[in-house]
Amino acid sequence: MLKNDTGRRVLVISSVVAIGLLSIKLLVDYYAATVVYFHLPAKWIESLVFPAEVAIGLLILGMCFRYRRWFPALLVLAQSGLIAWLEYFSTKKVISENPFFLDKFSLIMALIIGVVGGLIAVYALGYMKVFQEDYHKEVADRRGMFFLVLFLFIGAMFGIVFANDLIWMYFFWEITTLASFLLIGYKGNKESIDNSFKALLYNLIGGLGFAGAIVYLNVRADCADLSQVLDKNPVTISLALGLLAVAGLTKSAQLPFSRWLLGAMVAPSPVSALLHSSTMVKAGVYLLIKLAPLFKDTTVGYVVALVGGITFLVSSFAAISQSDAKKVLAHSTIANLGLIVLCAGIGTSEAVWAAILLVVFHAVAKCLLFLCVGSVEHALHSRSIESMDGLILAMPKTAWMMLIGMAGMFLAPFGMLISKWAVLKAVVDANPLLTVLLIYGSAANLFFWVKWMGKLIMLERPSEELTALKLEANISRTISVPLFSLGFLTVAACLTFPIMSAVLIEPYVLNVFGATVSMTRGNLIIMVLMLGMLLLFPFNLEPKRKGRWMPRVVDAYLAGVNYDSYSHVNSLGGISKNASRNYYLEKYFSESVLLNAGIISTVTLLVVMFLMGSKI
Amino acid sequence: MSVRLISALSFVVFAPLIGGLISGIDRRITARMQGRFGPPVLQPFYDVYKLLQKENVIARVRQNAYIDFYLLFVIFSGMLLFAGQDLLLFIFSLTLASVFFILAAFKGSSPYSLVGAQRELLLVMGYEPMVLFAAVAFYMATGSFWVSKIIVHPVLLIKLLPGIFLGFFYILTIKLRKSPYDLSTSHHGHQELVKGLTTEFAGPSLAMIEVAHWYETVFLLAFVYLFFAATPWLGALAVVVCYFLEILIDNVFARAKWEVAVKSSWLVAAVLGFGNVAVLYLLKGF
Repeated sequence: MLKNDTGRRVLVISSVVAIGLLSIKLLVDYYAATVVYFHLPAKWIESLVFPAEVAIGLLILGMCFRYRRWFPALLVLAQSGLIAWLEYFSTKKVISENPFFLDKFSLIMALIIGVVGGLIAVYALGYMKVFQEDYHKEVADRRGMFFLVLFLFIGAMFGIVFANDLIWMYFFWEITTLASFLLIGYKGNKESIDNSFKALLYNLIGGLGFAGAIVYLNVRADCADLSQVLDKNPVTISLALGLLAVAGLTKSAQLPFSRWLLGAMVAPSPVSALLHSSTMVKAGVYLLIKLAPLFKDTTVGYVVALVGGITFLVSSFAAISQSDAKKVLAHSTIANLGLIVLCAGIGTSEAVWAAILLVVFHAVAKCLLFLCVGSVEHALHSRSIESMDGLILAMPKTAWMMLIGMAGMFLAPFGMLISKWAVLKAVVDANPLLTVLLIYGSAANLFFWVKWMGKLIMLERPSEELTALKLEANISRTISVPLFSLGFLTVAACLTFPIMSAVLIEPYVLNVFGATVSMTRGNLIIMVLMLGMLLLFPFNLEPKRKGRWMPRVVDAYLAGVNYDSYSHVNSLGGISKNASRNYYLEKYFSESVLLNAGIISTVTLLVVMFLMGSKI
Repeated sequence: MSVRLISALSFVVFAPLIGGLISGIDRRITARMQGRFGPPVLQPFYDVYKLLQKENVIARVRQNAYIDFYLLFVIFSGMLLFAGQDLLLFIFSLTLASVFFILAAFKGSSPYSLVGAQRELLLVMGYEPMVLFAAVAFYMATGSFWVSKIIVHPVLLIKLLPGIFLGFFYILTIKLRKSPYDLSTSHHGHQELVKGLTTEFAGPSLAMIEVAHWYETVFLLAFVYLFFAATPWLGALAVVVCYFLEILIDNVFARAKWEVAVKSSWLVAAVLGFGNVAVLYLLKGF
C-alpha cells in the first residue's frame, strides 16, 4: 500500500525474492516426498474459511450493485447460498481430515507460480511506472491496490495447488476470480469495466459449477477432499465430475467460455502475463489434470477431450486473422490450454505427462511474450503486429527475446514443440481420430507465428532511421531483468527438462497411474544437438576479411528505378516507399465465425455430457 | 561406426550428387517434353559451381545467416531420416529448416521476396497436415514412429496406406516446387513474382539454396520409398515413376493461386490422409 516509488520497489522485490526462494526451498525439502498432508498451524484459521468466502461474495455483490450488473450478482447469491446451505443446514457436511497437501505436481505448480509470477511482479514495477506517468496519464494511479491484488492473486494460486479440502480450494478459486476481476478493470474506463464484468460472469458460472460439485460430493458421495474424490469410481460421481469440469473449463478459458480471456487483454500487460501464464488459466488446467485419472474412458472425459481439441483448432485458426499482438497471444493461450485439456480428458499416463510439460513450458514462453509485447506497446504506442517491422533494429533486446519466446512456442527443439510431440503420441495411442484437430491446428500455429517473426526481422525502413529511434535507451532494469531471465528460462527449460521430468513429472505420473513415460535417450541427444546448433545463430559466422565471399550490401530489387533500398522512383518522378502487409486471410479465418461455430459445437457437447451423466 | 551413422553420413556425401543428377535429368526430360534438346545432365553442377564463383551481394545485413541454417537443418533432417530416427523428429526438424528459409526471405525485405515468403508460408501450412497424417498412419500400421522399424516392417505398407500415399504424392508437388504449386518461387525471373523467396539471394547463398533443394529431393523420394520398403525393387520403381509423374505435372499445369494450393492440400489431407487413418483405426480396432 506504499505510495512512494522506492519503498514499493524495495517491498515488491524483496517479497518476490522471498516467494521465489520459498518455492525453491519447498522443492528442495520435499522433492523426494510422494504426498504429504498437513494442517494449518491453528484450527481457528480453518474455521475462518466460510466467513472469508462471505466477505468475497459481499465485495463482488457491492461491485455489481455499483455498476448495476445483475446477472453476476445472481450467480454470487446462488453459489454462496449453496455453500451456506451445506455449511449450516445440511447434516451431511463432511469434515475434511487433511485440508492441505503437497505432491510433486503441486511442487511444479508452486515453482511456476513463484518464479514466473515473481518475475511478472518485478516487471510490473517498471511497467506500471511508465504506464501511469507517461502512457496513461488519464488513469487514476491506484498502484498500491494493483500490487496488493497482484500478490493476493499469486497467494491464492499457491492456495489452490496446495488445497486438498475442496472448500478451501473453492475459497482460493473465488479469490482468483475476484483478483482477476479487479485487475482487468484497472483502467476504469467503460471497456475495461465491461470486460472485467465479462470475466467475472464467466468465472462465476465456473464457480457455481464448483459449488454445486462440492455440495453433491458432500451429500451424495461423503467426500470433502480432492484425494477422496480421486479414489471414487468416476461413474458414481459423474454429475459432480461434469460440474468440476465446467469449473475447470471456464477458468482455463476453453470454449464455449473463452470470450472472457479475449476481453481481458484490456488490462495492463503484466496482468495479461499473469492471467495467461502462471495464474488463473493454469488453475483451471491444474484442476482438470488432477481429475484426469477419473476422466479416462468416461463420458465426461470424452467431452472434456473433445472440447479441448476443438478449442485448440478454433483458437489456432482465429489467431491467423488477428493483427493485434495481444489478441494473437490470447488466442494462442486458449489454443495451448486446449491441448492441455485434451490431454487431461484422455487421462492416460502418457497424456498427463504431456499435459504437465505443456503447463511448464507454456507458462515461461507465454509470459515472456506478453511482457515483451507490453514493452513494445509502450515504445511504439501500438499493439499492432504491422507496426513492428524492423523491431530487430529498433528494439534489439526486446525483439530477440520475442523471437526466443515465439520459437519457444512452436519450433523444434523448444519446449512447446517437445510437449506437442508428446501430445501427438499420447493422442495417437488413445484415439487416432482426435489427431485431426491437433494436426490442422498445428499447421495454423506455424503460419501465424512465422509471419509475426518475419515482421520483426524484415527491414522496410533504413536501418539508421530505426536505430535512431533509440526506443530502448532508458529501459529500466525492473523491465530488462525479468525479460532476460524469462528468455534464459525458455532456453534453459529445454536443456533441463529431462531432469525436471525424471525428478518430478515422471514420479507423479507413476504414483497416480502406476505407469509412466519419458523421452528416449536417442531423441534427447538429437534435441540437444539441435539446440546447440541453434545457439550458434546469434553469432555472426560470415567471413569478415576482404575476399570473394565477403558480403556486399546492395539495394533490394524493386522492379524499377531504385531511389534507395527502400523506395523507388515512381512514374511521375516522385519517390514511393515500399510498404507491405502480412496475410491475415480474414475471409477464411474470421474470428467471429470461428468462435460461433466453436461455441455451438462445445455447448452441444456439454449439454450431451450432462444429459448422459444425469442418467446414472 | 554403427550402420545408422554410416547411413547418415553417406546421405550427407552422396545426396547432393544424386540430387544434382536428378535435377539434371529432370531438366533434360522437361526439355524433351517441350520439344527442346535441353542442357547436359551435369548442368546443375556447372550452375552451382558458377554461382559459387560469383560475388556475395546481399540486400540486408545478415540475411545469409538464415540460408546457412536452412541448409544446415535440411541436411540434419535428412540425416535423421537416413539414420532411421523418429519420423516425427524428422518432420519437426524439416519444419525448422523451412522456417529458416521463409525468415531468410522476410529478411531480404524486397516486395517480391516478402510475397514469396508469405506464399511459402501458406504452402507449408497447406502440406503440413498431410505429412503429419502420414507419420500417424505409419505409426498405426507398424507400431512405431522409428524409420528403422518402419523400413524393416514385413508388410508392404502401400497396401495399408494407399490414401496416405496418394495424399503424400499430391503434396510432393509442393515440396518439389513443381508447377502448379511453384507459387513461392520460380525458375523464371520474368514472371509476376520475379524470383519470390529467392529474389534477394545471389551467388554463394543461391548455390546453397540449390544444394539444399537437392538434399530435399533425395529424402523426399526416400520417404516415397518407405511405402514400398518391404519390396525394394518395387520401391525403386515407385520412386522413378513418382518423380516422372511430377515432371509431367510440372509441364502440364500452369501455376495455380495459393487458395487452390492450400484448400486442395487440406482437402486431400482430410479425405485421403485422415480417411486412411480412420479406416486403419476401424479395421484394427486400434
